Amino acid sequence: MNIDLIFSIINIVLIATTPLVFASIGELVTEKSGVLNLGVEGMMLVGAVTAFVTLVITNNYFLTFLFGMLSGLLMSSLFAFLVLILLSNQVATGLALTIFGIGLSSMIGKKYIGTPIEGVNPYYFIILSFFVVYAVNQFLYKTKPGLILRAVGESHISAHAQGYNVIKIRFLSIAFGGLMCGLAGAYMSIAYAPMWQENMVAGRGWIALALVVFATWKPGRALLGAYIFGSVSILQMNLQGFGVRIPAQFFVMAPYLATIIVLVIISSDRLRIKLSAPACLTIPFFRGR
Amino acid sequence: MRIIINYLLVLPIALIWSSIVIADPLKVGYIYIGPPGDHGWTYEHDQGRKYSVNKLGDAITTTYLENIPENADAVRAIRKLASSGHELIFTTSFNYMDQTLEVAKEFPNVKFEHATGYKRADNVSTYSARFYEGRAIIGHIAGHMTKTNTIGYIASFPIPEVIRGINAFYLAASKVNPDIKIKIIWNFSWYDPGKEADAANTLIGQGADIIVQHTDTYAPCQAAEKAGVMAFGQASDQSAFCPNAHLTAIIDDWGPYYAERTEAVLNGTWKSQDTWHGMKEGMVVMSPYHTGLMPSKLIQEAVNMEVAIKNGSLHPFTGPIKNQAGEIVVPAGSVADDGMLAGMSFYVEGIDGDIPQ
Amino acid sequence: MINIYPKIISRGHPSLLMTYLAPIIAIVLTLITGSIIFSFMGFTPFFALHTFFISPISTYYGVSELFLKATPLALIAIGLSFCFKNNIYNIGAEGQLTMGAIFGGGVGIFFYNVEGFWLLPLIIICGAIGGIIWAMIPAILKVRFNTNEILTSLMLVYVAALILDYLVVGPWRDPDGLSFPKTRPFNDSARMPLLFEGLRVHFGLILTIISVFIAWFIYSKTMLGYQLKVAGLSPKASRFAGFNQNKLVYITFGICGALSGIAGVGEVTGPIGLIYRDISPNYGFTAIIVAFLGRLHPVGIIFASIVIALTYLGAEDAQLFMQVPQAVGFVFQGLVLFYLLGADLLINYRISFYKRSLINEH
Repeated sequence: MNIDLIFSIINIVLIATTPLVFASIGELVTEKSGVLNLGVEGMMLVGAVTAFVTLVITNNYFLTFLFGMLSGLLMSSLFAFLVLILLSNQVATGLALTIFGIGLSSMIGKKYIGTPIEGVNPYYFIILSFFVVYAVNQFLYKTKPGLILRAVGESHISAHAQGYNVIKIRFLSIAFGGLMCGLAGAYMSIAYAPMWQENMVAGRGWIALALVVFATWKPGRALLGAYIFGSVSILQMNLQGFGVRIPAQFFVMAPYLATIIVLVIISSDRLRIKLSAPACLTIPFFRGR
Repeated sequence: MRIIINYLLVLPIALIWSSIVIADPLKVGYIYIGPPGDHGWTYEHDQGRKYSVNKLGDAITTTYLENIPENADAVRAIRKLASSGHELIFTTSFNYMDQTLEVAKEFPNVKFEHATGYKRADNVSTYSARFYEGRAIIGHIAGHMTKTNTIGYIASFPIPEVIRGINAFYLAASKVNPDIKIKIIWNFSWYDPGKEADAANTLIGQGADIIVQHTDTYAPCQAAEKAGVMAFGQASDQSAFCPNAHLTAIIDDWGPYYAERTEAVLNGTWKSQDTWHGMKEGMVVMSPYHTGLMPSKLIQEAVNMEVAIKNGSLHPFTGPIKNQAGEIVVPAGSVADDGMLAGMSFYVEGIDGDIPQ
Repeated sequence: MINIYPKIISRGHPSLLMTYLAPIIAIVLTLITGSIIFSFMGFTPFFALHTFFISPISTYYGVSELFLKATPLALIAIGLSFCFKNNIYNIGAEGQLTMGAIFGGGVGIFFYNVEGFWLLPLIIICGAIGGIIWAMIPAILKVRFNTNEILTSLMLVYVAALILDYLVVGPWRDPDGLSFPKTRPFNDSARMPLLFEGLRVHFGLILTIISVFIAWFIYSKTMLGYQLKVAGLSPKASRFAGFNQNKLVYITFGICGALSGIAGVGEVTGPIGLIYRDISPNYGFTAIIVAFLGRLHPVGIIFASIVIALTYLGAEDAQLFMQVPQAVGFVFQGLVLFYLLGADLLINYRISFYKRSLINEH
């Protein structure tokens, strides 16, 4: 195996994994505050289409990514309103958000499919993704607001008793998740494969959700998990290209199986998992209780 | 009050009903597997639909249902078209086959046209295009254009149409360049821009300098453009997205066929038949060759191939053809018959790797 | 100055009145929003809403289709309700459905030329076993290795789909099918009997109704139901009460796998009649919404499955009669769900209007 090939593989892994990193780190913060938002796929799609349409209209990359992220924020605010104020079921609301996002994104994008655009270099975002993971890690474990956020996820009742505004903190966490999913979507339609196609996120939102669990709610591990998944996906393509004689279905299965196996290995340590999982995940908070 | 409510409930039904009874124009329905804007498979079917509308004007109205999954839902969608006054229905994906026949049995007066299938009935025709003729031409071009002697091929699912395309491509390419190697990645999806870009970049990383695809988005072509290698478009002209990489594209042109079949229903001459048209009839068309990239001699050769395929003097599957085991499947001097082509499930000699099965 | 603002107050007990009224309020709100959206799009609201909600079920065939679509949704959702009540987030019912179709359908293909009254029951049992086997993987991993079931069950969905793909392009491919990726058709005795001549609703509906009764019986009359109730309220209390949590994990996963597997069998031996790649339009995922919309209650699930099925049919009719893209249907579906989920608030809480001066700051 020559050095060029290795570099090329690393390059593709970096490009392919970055949307998973953004989406999973956003969802991780949301879940740390005790809210499970299953609408990642829908928010990513809306982010992707909003960014694409903005670029076609304004031809301004800053606005493109700004609006992409804001659209994710709007979607997540809708979710936050339903689960925090109207106390609706988080699992069902998140799934409804995905359906809504699939529909809304195709509706917005209908007129713009097949418009050629100039993509942007993915490397800015790859670097940004590492920075975001680092920053989130520092925020969660080294700052007081981070501590409060985790406290809200652990026990909203005691956090409330200590005078923290649970609803506000959760709203902000959900909003951050939305921003990151919007960014992940924008990256997909502007940098990764510069185009808009209906449903182009193609299940990556679900993978991102699973990676948060894989990561046992730790930012560094989310990064690791995303890269395990991404690397195995790209490696199987390389093996196919080299003509290894195994039915290709089994290659395509590899990333999913690898993720399960690694999770099984790291989750045998029961205590650690218990300590990192937010105890209040999916449990609604009601002030009048 | 109740009467008013009842009236209001019945009114729209009555309106829909009356519009069916009074309507003069022939109603033609289309079932699409994807969205019409995919710039791939469904896009070309929708272009065909629009062509027939332009050609036949007020004599017809058309309706389409998009994103219809190929499962139990398809029957309901097809049936809805049939029961709402559509007299001719095109179902444009292979796995609508049994569903189309099921509805056709129930609506003997409605005509059905099923794309790429093989089961027919008195009111069900089938039609498909000989895309492999185009694959032979791009194979010839690739054989001449490659410098690394390595071609990257992104495939979707191992169905006969895709395998036939790979074989036609390889036969033509290895004829002009016996050293050529073809690397195939199966993506198990028609439609995932990210994954298609990954596959293209992987193949380029492995030394491919020409990317061929049998998936539906223009991501591979874009990836080739970015990496400075060449590519062929799929299903429609994709040169707008990769102007410096796009050698040519194989275009599926369903328009004339759709217009002809619709006209046949209007004239009352529609009969059940099996159509497998190619370049000769204009169902498979090559998009303009890239004059900047390709030497004019090669363009001339490609055009000559088109002419030869059209007049029948060239068949992409002319013997001797051997399979991977080295057994002769098409003897010298004869061509593969349509039965073998329709069900092709083997690689020809020289292609590395197994067909995933 | 009017200083009145709403405040949400807990009712203490769920309101029976609101349990029934909340869905109606949601529907009214949906109709109002829908009218506004459709008028903006240039349609008469009444015509649009009629197309969406009434026209799909204005014929016997339409009603039959409604139940055909609701059958797998309800069946899977009931299975999921066992898991969710036990705080098991099994989101891989789609994979269990696929495995059920593979196991049950595999029997149908093996006996493609043998007819017999025993064939269909055997297929259904094998389908249930297939679903159980696939559900046992995350269950065992959870019990033995403490592995989170959300990830494993989701990943296994993709794996199951690829196994199905391998089988239909490889060993199980129809020898008379010109190499297309699909199996032989099942013979008639392997197909779900139709309930009415000419309509597609099949015996699977009866199985679903039976499952609803059994689920209701388990929940309200048995020890298992009681254990699930305790476990759902407080896992700790359940452990204190001496309930075997691991056994509960296996049982709930097993029930869900079996019902999802049967749903898969119902699709392939019901309307489809053979196996190929796209047997399910994500029923396993949609059923998660159905389960929660039905508040994990068997009767609620029945109604929820019908509502969701209707929104799918409505989206098709809207495409056909109004030429709106399918996407509009999804948007509308999302709205219906948002309202239904939001209106649930009224069951456990009431909204009071206070003068600002009376409110103490928290």
